[in-house]
Amino acid sequence: MKLTTKLLSATAICAATGVSAADLEVMHWWTSGGEAAAVTKFAEAWSATGNTWIDGAIAGGGDTARPIMVSRIIGGDPPAAFQFNHGRQAEELIEAGLLLDLTDVAEAEGWADIVTPPALLDACTVDGRIYCAPVNIHSWQWMWLSNDAYANAGLDVPTTWTEFAESAPALKEAGITPLAMGGQSWQQNGSFGVMALALAGEEAWLEVNRDKNAETVMGPDYARVFEAFGAAREFSDGLNVQDWNQATAAVINDTAGAQIMGDWAQGEFAMAGEVAGEDYSCLPGLGEVAILDTGGDAFYFPKQDDPEIEAAQKELAALLLSPEVQVSFNSAKGSLPIRGDVDLTSVNECTQKGLDLLANGNIVPNGETFLAPDTITQLNDLMTEFWNTPAMTPAEVQEQYSDIIASAE
Amino acid sequence: MTMTDSRPDAGRSAVTRRPMRLFRNLSSKLALMPLIFTAVVIFLGGTIWTIVYSFTSSGLLPRLNWDGLSQYERLWSSRKWIVSIENLAIYGFFSLIGTLVVGFTLAALLDRKIRGEAVFRSIFLYPFALSFIVTGLVWQWILNPELGLQNVVREWGWTSFNFDPLNNPEIVMFGLLIAGLWQGTGLIMCIMLAGLRGIDEDIWKAARVDGIGTVKTYIRIIIPMMRPVFVTSLVLIGAGIVKLYDLVVAQTSGGPGISSEVPAKYVMTAMFGGQNLGQGFAASTMMLVMVFIILIPWAYLEFGGRKNG
Repeated sequence: MKLTTKLLSATAICAATGVSAADLEVMHWWTSGGEAAAVTKFAEAWSATGNTWIDGAIAGGGDTARPIMVSRIIGGDPPAAFQFNHGRQAEELIEAGLLLDLTDVAEAEGWADIVTPPALLDACTVDGRIYCAPVNIHSWQWMWLSNDAYANAGLDVPTTWTEFAESAPALKEAGITPLAMGGQSWQQNGSFGVMALALAGEEAWLEVNRDKNAETVMGPDYARVFEAFGAAREFSDGLNVQDWNQATAAVINDTAGAQIMGDWAQGEFAMAGEVAGEDYSCLPGLGEVAILDTGGDAFYFPKQDDPEIEAAQKELAALLLSPEVQVSFNSAKGSLPIRGDVDLTSVNECTQKGLDLLANGNIVPNGETFLAPDTITQLNDLMTEFWNTPAMTPAEVQEQYSDIIASAE
Repeated sequence: MTMTDSRPDAGRSAVTRRPMRLFRNLSSKLALMPLIFTAVVIFLGGTIWTIVYSFTSSGLLPRLNWDGLSQYERLWSSRKWIVSIENLAIYGFFSLIGTLVVGFTLAALLDRKIRGEAVFRSIFLYPFALSFIVTGLVWQWILNPELGLQNVVREWGWTSFNFDPLNNPEIVMFGLLIAGLWQGTGLIMCIMLAGLRGIDEDIWKAARVDGIGTVKTYIRIIIPMMRPVFVTSLVLIGAGIVKLYDLVVAQTSGGPGISSEVPAKYVMTAMFGGQNLGQGFAASTMMLVMVFIILIPWAYLEFGGRKNG
């Protein structure tokens, strides 16, 4: 109600003055230091056009934020724009006709030609119509290592997962937790996904996630992944943190050796003034199979009755993909731009590795484009149970994992 | 004219006499209409709607595509749901007993006409004024091994002291219980205190004349007299147990692993995290069934028994 009144009064003011300025409430869950710095780039660019950005940040990550957004949309009080991840999260909202069709903006701006990889735009497309504006590419497939932690233990920084696993006992002896892992289930399941793609290879990973082949889960390739994940559970003993950025902080402070986390972690290193290559190292695909998954964020625009707001929503959608905004936003966030025709201002060693992999086409779609949120929730629960139940063996979790994949849609 | 008119009139008055009873106290019945409407449409209607949709395969949005009992089959084959039920049972049992015992003991102590009663009453009741989220966060910090109690005791010199309930799957529910008791006993204490104040002074005098000890007077005379107060407390505590959710979210968010999951959280995660409304509805229907399983025998004993006697 409050928003409606606000929007109405905003429209009234617009109508009276004849200037097309609108207040758009944008909901997102970017609240960590690096993320917040990035989202202000959007807000600044939007304010520069004479409009107002009403920031609707929700702390606590996507699992907390998504229900709030969905209930506001279903409840008839939608924000003007909201952030979701690439994938199937908004599928039903689109089918129910609750989201604004952006096809005309996409055609006017030529999104089909500029968005790379094209799979990102496909994830926005339902029945040939485009419903979202992809803004960045994030990949889970990274491991971040503290150079100082290894130097303190008198070890070389590993370049592969195998080397890392071998160095872990020595690191532990030096009083350093080898692997930092946050306590939330999405981190544990996400790390498992990284290890699956890196250790079992692209083919097996696609068979499981895309084709829902439960037999591959029971196969020898995946068995190796479950074993490695069981070893990782022991490597993380002794560090009790919840949020992913607390785990990253442990790597930054050199109390932990490494963390498996998506490239958004790089924003935290940048905020702490650390330099890639000197203070920390990065291993795409855990140094085993260097393939990036192309997840990330997209903005969706719920339908509104007001044509004035609708015009502003489309204007915002075009702005989010404009070259300048893409550069400033992605530089701050540590993510990769969704257009291949822009250069990031300051590219460090790690971002360059990512850009090269992207340019060479060493990419797979994000796991979330294949699996429904329901399946991901089940996998999250399973992996976090395994992670926190020392008595649970890799063979047991493998069995249950294959059951979930077999019943997935 | 008058003759012909009077007959139908007499018939009509016979008909209208019965509705008259319906319209007695019309103003108070009108005033109750919003409440009746709320009860029927929101509570009953919402409950029936939820149960109906629990037999569908609704995802993010409710849809009437029948799916039989498959949501329930999946629910009962889910480890997380079983763990949630067990946790609720543990929490419920200890919370019920703990709150009643501690609440009554505090009330009885305050009732001994100690000095500064108002101060203590305020202190004990104060946690109840906080939201569960704040309580959860505060206790998360206190029980955090690196920041809180464990660290403080270790700094005093007892370096082997180990107390990290929130990080130990075996005892995490007791970490929640501490916070729940801290928050909840104040209110129960106040209700008990009001009950104790309602006991006639003469009862105490009579007990003293008969030479009955204080503790025995409480147990054998005062507590049986406070039966209505205990029933009120039970209802309040019971409702608090079943809807346990925000404390868990703030303190552990279900962790470590799934060891502190509770049914209400299962419902929320299934409905909004997993975008599977059908599963969430099935779980909330089971929660309703559980409440009935506990409530019906109690209601039968409480109200049905009296009719016979």
